[in-house]
Amino acid sequence: MSPAPRRAALALLMVGLLLTTAAAQAAQGGTGAPADAVAWWVWPLGLFVTCFLMGIVAVPAGIGGGTLFVPIVGSFFPFHLDFVRGAGLLVALASALAAGPTLLRGGLGSLRLALPLAVLASASSIAGAMLGLAMPANVVQMLLGGLVLGIVVLMAVSRKSEFPLVERPDALSQALALHGVFLDRASGQAVTWQVHRTLPGLFTFLAIGVLAGMFGIGAGWANVPALNLLMGAPLKVAAGSSSVVLSLVDSSAAWVYINRGAVLPMIAVPSVVGMMLGARIGARLLNVLKGAVIRRLVIGMLLFAGTRALLKGTGLWP
Amino acid sequence: MTSMTSPPDTQVQPPEQERYARLLDWGTRVGLLILVASFVAYVSGLLPGMVPVDRLPELWSLPVAQFQARTQMPGGWGWLALLGHGDVLGLLGIALLAGVSIPCLLALVPIYAARGEKAYVAICLLEVAVVALAASGLLSGGH
Repeated sequence: MSPAPRRAALALLMVGLLLTTAAAQAAQGGTGAPADAVAWWVWPLGLFVTCFLMGIVAVPAGIGGGTLFVPIVGSFFPFHLDFVRGAGLLVALASALAAGPTLLRGGLGSLRLALPLAVLASASSIAGAMLGLAMPANVVQMLLGGLVLGIVVLMAVSRKSEFPLVERPDALSQALALHGVFLDRASGQAVTWQVHRTLPGLFTFLAIGVLAGMFGIGAGWANVPALNLLMGAPLKVAAGSSSVVLSLVDSSAAWVYINRGAVLPMIAVPSVVGMMLGARIGARLLNVLKGAVIRRLVIGMLLFAGTRALLKGTGLWP
Repeated sequence: MTSMTSPPDTQVQPPEQERYARLLDWGTRVGLLILVASFVAYVSGLLPGMVPVDRLPELWSLPVAQFQARTQMPGGWGWLALLGHGDVLGLLGIALLAGVSIPCLLALVPIYAARGEKAYVAICLLEVAVVALAASGLLSGGH
């Protein structure tokens, strides 16, 4: 695609996403009409379209759809944050489950690396989910805003390392045989890898689990830097294994929300289907859309959604 | 240290990874199929809902505890007795997606056990215990 049509497609995409969220905000009360005056089917349809667009931009931006879902839907749709977080977890879970088999078969996801990290993160995600459901919604909204703004900073400043140098694996990494080989299709080479700093990595995933459960936000934004920059896994292995970890962590946290009744199919299903269809389109557009540009736009959207969540939580922008 | 070599003709993953991927693939497909089919049945009116669709806009802005009180939706596993309702049937698909990891992990145990990898046998069983504990509903939190 030549630059002009590509720019037009990108602009349309972003305008579409902004329009759907703005329309949701207006229908929610910005026009003076109460949310329940709008026909019921408008909301799931709007949710589907919003998630479809989020799915398209999430892949080239290199983040999980769940990271966009909770701050945007929580800020601009009329659903209570309890249901938004339940649906957010399901969106992240379904995406991770759908991607998992391909990543594992291709060697990009390492089960051996993911399992020890997932055990701790799963356990802590249960605690996070229980804590999140016990806290008042405005407090969760404020904390969510702070977290999303933190993610913005992380996305803006973090550097990635394609093949980090791990000179010597630590004792725990050796004991668990945390190493492997994957075929890098970009270079056509088989890459052998190993990891270090396993204990700090385990503690980091303990904290990541709490955040994943509390906010239903998915945790790819934290998993990948932890695996890549802290533990030294190659970037592609970090991204693939993060998905496997997510599928286990979000399973545990999702059960807490299911048992509490905080997963509403009317919110969860259009979100999951929209996000998965959008992600398929996003994956196809990976070589067409400029990842760096999309990433900057997504950072801008998260900045807006994070600020909105923070202001909504404090009551300054209800 | 990371090193690059010429790739083998075909890349074969460890057997446990292949098995896990196969089971996860099928479990996810079944879960998603039930999720979408039940949703279509619910919104089309083919199956009645515990909560009628046109009542939802007045309810979904409430905290979950108030939503349950107003709709009589049961907590925990109480929904299993109500699978004839379209919205509740959707929870079956959701539960399948949230539970699919358990059989996948259990299927790894014989492979790791045969190789004498006790640490990974323990890790798999521990992860199953964590997910099962979460699913059991024994842990509860709320407003």
